[in-house]
Amino acid sequence: MLLRHTTKDIKEREALAINPAKTCQPVGAMYAALGIHGCLPHSHGSQGCCSYHRSALTRHYKEPIMAATSSFTEGSSVFGGQANLLQAIDNIFTIYEPDVIAVHSTCLSETIGDDLTQIVEKARDGGKIPEGKHVIFCNTPSYVGSHVTGYSNMVSGMVQLLSESTGVKNDKINLISGWVEPSDMREVKRIANLMDAKFTLFPDTSDVVDAPQTGSYTMYPKGGTKVPDLIASGDNKATLAFGEWATKDAAIKLENKCKVPFEVTELPIGVRATDRFIMKLSKLAEVAIPDAITTERGRLVDMITDMQQYLHGKRVALWGDPDQLIPMVEFLLDLNMKPVYIVSGTPGKKMHQKLEEMLLPVVPEAKFKNGIGADMYLMHQWIKNEGVDLLIGNTYGKYISRDENTPFLRMGFPILDRVGHSYFPTVGYMGGLRILEKILGLIMDKQDAESTESEFELVM
Amino acid sequence: MRKIAIYGKGGIGKSTTTQNTVAGLAEMGKKIMVVGCDPKADSTRLLLGGLAQKTVLDTLREEGEDVVFDDIVKPGYGNTSCTESGGPEPGVGCAGRGIITSINMLEQLGAYDEDKALDYAFYDVLGDVVCGGFAMPIRDGKAEEIYIVVSGEMMAMYAANNICKGIVKFAQAGAVRLGGLICNSRLVDNERQMIEELAKKLGTQMIHFVPRDNMVQKAEIHRKTVIEYAPEHPQADEYRTLARKIHENQLFVVPTPLEIEELEGLLIEFGILN
Repeated sequence: MLLRHTTKDIKEREALAINPAKTCQPVGAMYAALGIHGCLPHSHGSQGCCSYHRSALTRHYKEPIMAATSSFTEGSSVFGGQANLLQAIDNIFTIYEPDVIAVHSTCLSETIGDDLTQIVEKARDGGKIPEGKHVIFCNTPSYVGSHVTGYSNMVSGMVQLLSESTGVKNDKINLISGWVEPSDMREVKRIANLMDAKFTLFPDTSDVVDAPQTGSYTMYPKGGTKVPDLIASGDNKATLAFGEWATKDAAIKLENKCKVPFEVTELPIGVRATDRFIMKLSKLAEVAIPDAITTERGRLVDMITDMQQYLHGKRVALWGDPDQLIPMVEFLLDLNMKPVYIVSGTPGKKMHQKLEEMLLPVVPEAKFKNGIGADMYLMHQWIKNEGVDLLIGNTYGKYISRDENTPFLRMGFPILDRVGHSYFPTVGYMGGLRILEKILGLIMDKQDAESTESEFELVM
Repeated sequence: MRKIAIYGKGGIGKSTTTQNTVAGLAEMGKKIMVVGCDPKADSTRLLLGGLAQKTVLDTLREEGEDVVFDDIVKPGYGNTSCTESGGPEPGVGCAGRGIITSINMLEQLGAYDEDKALDYAFYDVLGDVVCGGFAMPIRDGKAEEIYIVVSGEMMAMYAANNICKGIVKFAQAGAVRLGGLICNSRLVDNERQMIEELAKKLGTQMIHFVPRDNMVQKAEIHRKTVIEYAPEHPQADEYRTLARKIHENQLFVVPTPLEIEELEGLLIEFGILN
């Protein structure tokens, strides 16, 4: 009993969050920045912020995450952090030689009101940004939104500060990626290439935070969207943004700035969300859908139908970020499972609306909450009142899983205690197969472990 | 749309001057939004006929993040749109951050969008530029013109000079410029000449000298601008003139702040020596 103080008795709480289902904005900003080739993220604040955000990413990806900090002191808090950032930009370009520095703010620099636009402009005027190098930035106060907001803000920063329109359109489309694993970004590229689409994917953390062991260390791995491609994104003929919370703002800004029309869709998780993604990709890139993809879809649908008896009616609790949860709930419903409890620390009324539309007609008993007060403690209390057959979410669910003896599928951010998420995708039809395989494995393992001798099956 | 911020020492008459000027511009048929950036939330009192306004931050505190435009922007005299940022109670929290939060919220809610067809947005900002938050209205091209309300008193001039230092910092990166000093008379000796000289040294102009008149007080007690309360009074014409001068202003500069000795010298020259 690790969470022995969690009671069944649910009381309305106003201020206190216990085990919140979210983390800081800069974690997201840092992760998004790593999706640019040759980019060094920079945290404009105190050292502790930067250390925490780096370690949060390192623990999840099992890779060294490099980032610089403005190293605020008491003096910087009083007089503002301009001097520190100017010095940092100078040092970083001199010593670490990145193509891009991606600055994000922190709670402290936001509260004292440091103006990144003005400071970066001053660095430019002072000749601290070498020819051909770039400094992009975004505001990431952690007391607003969540890590997803930070990711979204940095992606918007890429568009606002790099994308340019020359007036001549080209034949490519932009794929703006929501917060997914490097394996997922690689899978999206595989799908788009299968379809012969011409595209720029950004951000793209594949081959950055899942780089191979080669025996020698490089500070900037080979992956990541190249700066010239980001600049040219303003000339691309259309944008497909997947993962509304993480990418819609950037898509809007790109349209406003460079007149690139956009469509937003969910992360392609599960059958129907992947269908919509592929259809939109086909439409915007003006390419046909090849048989290879239809076949992958068929395999997924086949496994769903073959294994119905293990899935039907199973109660599932899930937590994480809206962009993952919404298509995941849809997928679970397609599997004839029952998503009964859902929490997300990321705010946004739209999540509630979408879940309501999906769940009320088929799972009227479902409970869901996001934003303030939607934490893991509430999730645990719901489970204490009526248990579930499966938990799906980040590592923070392992305490509930152990206390309630419930199978647990790790998905989302962060996963601190298992590997594989960096390498095996959960998007697309193949990703759907992997999710399904994992769900079935957990359910069948439990059945094997707990069935009586007479019910113990060889063939399942 | 012209975006104007009014700065000046506390108690100098920024809010009164702003609202009367806005009333003057409204009379000229301009569509104006006034954004009060003072935790006291009294920057729109005369346009709204009282402190009827629920502030952006009050609304945020009570309703969470799902704030709608009409909750925080109220129609005032002459078809003006009035909003107050508000802030924490005295002694707690961070008023500067409050201003950052509310201006961001107004932008998100589309307060400045083209469909609002605004001719002017006025920011009425508390006191000095004391921290990053109070500089918010002049960051990122939010306000592009600044007028400083000043009088012939030492501390008011000192504050004006200090504000100019802030403007210089932000002018380097953006479009923000000083449009002039507005002298709100305190009946100090040689006031007009002294402020004209100060303006010259700052590289700007004294755009208007607003004489002291009890009618301003009287109108305030009735929760009205002079233009609304006593449209025929000469003081109303003073504000109309100020409004017209701002409307026609062409002189926008990056100011050249004075050293403190120079500023004190100015006072001695015009104040004591005469």
